[in-house]
Amino acid sequence: MENSLLSLFVRSIFVDNMIFALFLGMCSYLAVSKSVKTALGLGAAVTFVLTVTLPVNYLLQKYVLANGALVEGVDLSFLSFILFIAIIAGIVQLVEMVVEKYSPALYSQLGIFLPLIAVNCAIMGGSLFMQQRIGLAADDPKALTSVWDALVYALGSGIGWLVAIVLLAAIREKMQYSNVPPALRGLGITFIVVGLMALSFMCFSGLKI
Amino acid sequence: MSELFSKQNKEAFWQPLGKNNPVTVQVLGICSALAVTAQLKPALVMGIAVTIIVAFANVIISLIRNTIPMRIRIIVQLVVVATLVTIVNQILKAFVYDVSKELSVYVGLIITNCILMGRLEAFAMMNKPWPSFLDGLGNGLGYAKILIIVGFFRELLGSGTLLGFNVLNYECLQNIGYMNNGMMLMPAMALIVVACIIWWQRAHDKDLQEK
Repeated sequence: MENSLLSLFVRSIFVDNMIFALFLGMCSYLAVSKSVKTALGLGAAVTFVLTVTLPVNYLLQKYVLANGALVEGVDLSFLSFILFIAIIAGIVQLVEMVVEKYSPALYSQLGIFLPLIAVNCAIMGGSLFMQQRIGLAADDPKALTSVWDALVYALGSGIGWLVAIVLLAAIREKMQYSNVPPALRGLGITFIVVGLMALSFMCFSGLKI
Repeated sequence: MSELFSKQNKEAFWQPLGKNNPVTVQVLGICSALAVTAQLKPALVMGIAVTIIVAFANVIISLIRNTIPMRIRIIVQLVVVATLVTIVNQILKAFVYDVSKELSVYVGLIITNCILMGRLEAFAMMNKPWPSFLDGLGNGLGYAKILIIVGFFRELLGSGTLLGFNVLNYECLQNIGYMNNGMMLMPAMALIVVACIIWWQRAHDKDLQEK
C-alpha cells in the first residue's frame, strides 16, 4: 500500500507533470516566472490550494455526484463543473481570510497570488483529472481509490508545478544576459525554453517504482 | 445602423484577430491551445466552443454588470461561465461524442480559461452588451485561429493527415525518404510551434516586440 502511494507521488511529480505533460496552469506559469522568489511564492500557494481542494472535491465526487451515490439511480455528475469551481473559489476565499488573520507576513507574500489561484487551470484541472481517474481499474497506476490517494496525488502534482515554475524562473533570470533575436524576446523564447524543458521531462515517461 | 458598426465596435472585433491576439499577444488561454491541438478536428471544435462561450458570457456579464457587487464579482463570473460550459459540454456529448471524449477534461477547463476571465474583467464589466458581444466573438475567433494553425501543422507533419483524411501517406513520398514526424504529436512540440507563430508575428509587426 505504502509503495503504491510513493509511486503515485513520484509519478505525479515527474511523469504526469502538470506543466510539461498536461499544460495546466500555463497562463500564470508564463506570467509569474520572471524571478525565482515570486515563482516560489506562487508555486507554494498552488501546492497548498491543490492539496486542500482536491481531497474535498474527491469526497464530493464520491459521495454526492457519482452515479447512484446520493439517491439510487440518480447521476449528478453533469453538475461537477459548477460544484468544483464553487468549492475551489470558496476555499481560496477562506484560505485568504485565515492567512490574513493569523499570518500577516505570509499573507503579504502570497496575498497577490491567492485570488489568482481560483482561476488557475492547474487547480480545476487537478480536480477534473481526479474525476477521470476514479473510474479507472484499481490495478492501473493512475487510479485513485481512496482519499489518501487523492491527497498524495494533489501534493505530488503541486510539487511538480512548483519544480517546473522555479526551474523556468531560474532560466529566465539567467537569460536576461543573453542576446536573443528581437522578435523572439520575452514570450517567444520562453515558449521555446518550456518546449525544450518538456522534451527533457519526457525521459521520465517510462519511470517505474 | 451606423452606430452598431461604428469604428470602435469594429475595432473591438478586428483587433483580437490580428494585432491584439489573445494567445500570442495577451498570453491568455495557453493551456488548452497547446493540449488539444495534436489533431485538427478537436482544435476546431474547441475553437468554436470557446468562441460561443466567450461571446455569450460577455453579453450576460455586460447585462448585469451594474448589479454585481465588486467584492464577489469573480465568483459571479465563474458561475455564469460554468453554467455555459456545462451546457456546451452536454451538447458536445450528445452530438460529437468521439471529439468530446478526445477533449476530455479540457472542455471543463474552459471555465478557468484565462481568455474568459480576462475579457470579462477587462471589457464586459465596463461596456454595453453589443460591443461586449463583438469583443467576445473577436477574441474567441482570434483564439480559434491560433488553434487551427497549430492543429493544422501538427496533424499534417505528425500523422500526415488532415481532419482524418490522408494527405501525405503515399508510397511515392515514402520512397523518396519522407517520413511522418511523430515528435510533432508530443506535447513539447506544441510549445515550439506556438513559439514559431509568435516569432513570425513579431518579426512582421515591430510594435509588438519586447525590449
